[in-house]
Amino acid sequence: MAVEAEARFHVLAVDDSLMDRKLIEKLLKISSFHVTTVDSGSKALEFLGLSATASPEQSEIEVNLIITDYSMPGMTGYDLLKRIKGSSSFKDIPVVIMSAENVPSRINRCLEGGAEEFFLKPVRLSDLKKLRPHILKGKSKEGHLSQEESSEIDKITSRSISHDSSSICSKRKAMDEESAQERRRLRLSCGGLQYDLA
Amino acid sequence: MELGNLQRGYIDYISALFHEGFLDNQFTQLQQLQDESNPEFVLEVATLFFDDSEKLLNELSRTLDQQVVDFKKVDAHVHQLKGSSSSIGAQRVKNVCIAFRDICEETDTAGCFRCLQQVKQEFYLVKSKLETLFRLERQILAAGGSIPIMW
Repeated sequence: MAVEAEARFHVLAVDDSLMDRKLIEKLLKISSFHVTTVDSGSKALEFLGLSATASPEQSEIEVNLIITDYSMPGMTGYDLLKRIKGSSSFKDIPVVIMSAENVPSRINRCLEGGAEEFFLKPVRLSDLKKLRPHILKGKSKEGHLSQEESSEIDKITSRSISHDSSSICSKRKAMDEESAQERRRLRLSCGGLQYDLA
Repeated sequence: MELGNLQRGYIDYISALFHEGFLDNQFTQLQQLQDESNPEFVLEVATLFFDDSEKLLNELSRTLDQQVVDFKKVDAHVHQLKGSSSSIGAQRVKNVCIAFRDICEETDTAGCFRCLQQVKQEFYLVKSKLETLFRLERQILAAGGSIPIMW
């Protein structure tokens, strides 16, 4: 039986800052994504094949997720989001928006506009763990899931607590109320551990 | 023996940088991203930060020197500087930028000049400290040792 190489998801990262592009690229690569970076919304559309200057071959590019900065000259991340969601070929690609500014109205606007997540900069490795579920959801919409991917989605949606966490919790000793409370808190935080999708 | 001294010196130096607020946890995050496939990652990001910031500081000087100050432009530059200092963990620079943006909003030209002086000072300070840190790292590696992990 042929062993399939693990498919790597392709993320398109958009940011006008060279420094931030370097950072997000590193974070994505470490998280095992295949990455393409561009420095503007218009270049992103061009890459996807959505711009007037795109050639027919470009529509073969497969992108599984787009992560974009919000504040960019020309086309903002929000503008890019609307263009993508308004496109029949790309509306199912999950879009994540990043911003250095914590502005609740901006965050709501982006989420209501169809963004899956809104990350505050500087983005951390732990933030990227939230990406795979969105990619898998997006692929299931397209009906393009492999057997492995379907079972991954099942794992995510049932959110079972791993055996590791319960053994850590069972090592707690004392019986009085305070430590029982502590145990409850510890169990809750164990249950909230990032599930391992690797 | 010498390697031990170099490594202890490194630990003391970088600990002080955190303790004195020059660097924050974001810098540690960057160090954690560095690996054998990209052993100069932090240095590369720092170099981008230095280049970016020099350009922004020059732009800020020019913009504040105009007869009629375009405060929106000043704010945009400071916002960018705040972003890049935050991305590398240059905490003191970031904090001055935060204050700078408030002063900008008040369209206080004199206040902006003072902030510019302050942010330049903090930038050149952290730049020199990081350059020293990278030099210490090179010395340790040249002596055949490895850079102490601080987390």
